[in-house]
Amino acid sequence: MEKDLIIALQNISVSFDGQPVLKDLHLSIRNQEFVTLLGPSGCGKTTTLRIIAGFLEPDAGEIFFDGQKINGLPPHKRQVNTIFQRYALFPHLNVWNNVAFGLKLLRIPKVTPAQAVELDELRVADPEKAAQLEARLAKNTRYLTWAEINQRVADMLHKVNLAGFEGRSVSSLSGGQQQRVAIARALAVQPRVLLLDEPLGALDLKLRKDMQVELKNIQQQLGITFIYVTHDQEEALSMSDTIVVMDAGEIQQIGTPKDIYDEPKNAFVADFIGESNILDGVMPDDYLVRFAGVSFACVDKGFAKNERVDVVIRPEDIDIVPPTDGCLRGVVTGVTFKGVHYEFIVDVQGFKWMIQSTDVQAVGDIIGISIKPEEIHIMKKSRYSELVGDYSCFSDEFEALSNPHDADGEEEEAEADE
Amino acid sequence: MKRKRGSLALNAPYLLWCVIFILVPLAMVVYYAFRDRSGNWTLQNFAELVDTPEHLDNLVRVFGISLAYAGAATLICLLLAYPLAYYMAHTKPSTQRNLMMLITVPMWMNFLICTYSWISILGNEHGLLNTLLEQLGLHKLHILNTPGAIILGMVYNYLPFMILPIYSVLAKLEPSLVEAAQDLGATNAEVLRKVTLPLSLPGVAAGVTMVFVPSVSTFYISKKMGGNKTMLIGDWIESMFLQANNYQSGAALSLILMLLVVLSMMIMRRFSDSENGALVVS
Repeated sequence: MEKDLIIALQNISVSFDGQPVLKDLHLSIRNQEFVTLLGPSGCGKTTTLRIIAGFLEPDAGEIFFDGQKINGLPPHKRQVNTIFQRYALFPHLNVWNNVAFGLKLLRIPKVTPAQAVELDELRVADPEKAAQLEARLAKNTRYLTWAEINQRVADMLHKVNLAGFEGRSVSSLSGGQQQRVAIARALAVQPRVLLLDEPLGALDLKLRKDMQVELKNIQQQLGITFIYVTHDQEEALSMSDTIVVMDAGEIQQIGTPKDIYDEPKNAFVADFIGESNILDGVMPDDYLVRFAGVSFACVDKGFAKNERVDVVIRPEDIDIVPPTDGCLRGVVTGVTFKGVHYEFIVDVQGFKWMIQSTDVQAVGDIIGISIKPEEIHIMKKSRYSELVGDYSCFSDEFEALSNPHDADGEEEEAEADE
Repeated sequence: MKRKRGSLALNAPYLLWCVIFILVPLAMVVYYAFRDRSGNWTLQNFAELVDTPEHLDNLVRVFGISLAYAGAATLICLLLAYPLAYYMAHTKPSTQRNLMMLITVPMWMNFLICTYSWISILGNEHGLLNTLLEQLGLHKLHILNTPGAIILGMVYNYLPFMILPIYSVLAKLEPSLVEAAQDLGATNAEVLRKVTLPLSLPGVAAGVTMVFVPSVSTFYISKKMGGNKTMLIGDWIESMFLQANNYQSGAALSLILMLLVVLSMMIMRRFSDSENGALVVS
């Protein structure tokens, strides 16, 4: 096992009432990483989080924390803390007592000042002996003193900008403030890993953006591992070091946000992360792909001769040119103003493409389409190939215009699932 | 304006009900309590309860016993009901429904019949229980006509009123709060003490009120199961009205009892308000 791994899930399977929720899941998470589990509701991302937290035992498989197997270890003994979807603040306690909740239960090694000095010296001189001494000291524990608790609560509330709110009842706080209390409460006990279950789902867009930045800052400041669950691809892209895209209880792709966006592994990932035109294509040779009846130069290779593939072209990567100049020609059938750009639905030989551009076009205009070789991404065929992301399969104009990843719609789904 | 009139029309039956069955009887109690037999306003009815040391002694004793018995019954109900309600709230829905039915079954039967059944079960000579014990060659138990029997009767009759409010609060308790507590390092016992118990206090307060109030004013149970040896306030009031035909003293006693009940309800109110953060158990 790699040395800086903090959490490893191996062969994890879970099913509820005979319905498989996680299928033979493997996941390794490095120390101090910001990992996001991303997927539609019901993909198993929250289940994965609950397994790490200890609220759920997998039917099969092993969970390792810092190299130690922790299957069966109850949640209160795990060095992970959770930020719950609806915060789960204790309504009978005020802000101070909520944040102090974990601290009052925390036991720390009893160390005399002399032992502390000894330990510090040993750490430099002989790390092995230091570890032995630490293990010996850890057997003798004490609760935090009131002053220590008070100090830590004050520090945490200061960190989340809630100093002065100590005596407030949590029900009198706004959603964003409750969110901060939840963060302070979880971080007060200094966990090695923080689990966040769609923590920003209940906040409005503006606040959500602010909290994204704030969470990322906190993570970098404290240098602890964040495992973040969300169905919001934008959130995942902007915050994560690593994104784990999940669907139907399986990991579809693991990678950096840029990898995931630029090099989606299959049609599901391409469709779920951002907008994609996914076309049926053939690779007659390396660096050459044929789709929509035209051959294009591309930068991919290593496929079998004449292998059938999925071709992904992002709507923002397509250039609109005069009809005579393009490799493809199409008719604009829909225009939506999106603020920074227009979104066009363009009919090319019966296939409907989505194109994003700042140029103005009107419905009925005939345009040329130009695609650079490096903007064409080739994927192997998968079971998702015919199912998703293909704007061309919408015959209905109205449906083609409606955004298939409407954020509100997904949130409603997520709520209905609970 | 229109809405107001509409709501008045909707509320009229309840208002009428309240006036006829609550306000009017209450007014009659007050009226009788402050009148003498010839119809003059007086405080005599209260004064004669405390005018001699014997009277005062009697009053204190009866109220003391009533409060003590009702308190004991309430405590026993609470100790029995809480674990059961907790179990019910955490078991699977079908078991919850079945248990709920079992708990309410005794309420389908008339309370007098239940009490008579207990008498025939506990009967000191030929009761069901003692016959069984005798058959098994064990000692007979002397339960009927003791204070224990009175408390047993109260517990049996009012236990459902303790279980149901506690159960409904526990069933609605957000599971994520328990998980949050575990997550922050609480063992099961600590979760119970620091989260579940404090958050279920409103249910406990409702249950305590619903058991204590009828227990403290009951008159039939003590008479039948206590063998007429112990007089509770309820029995005293009943005898004033039905045997001594002394409505004035009966009304005065009733008024004192009512004040006591209101007082204890106000104390309980303090606990049920605690969800707003007034009370912290830590």
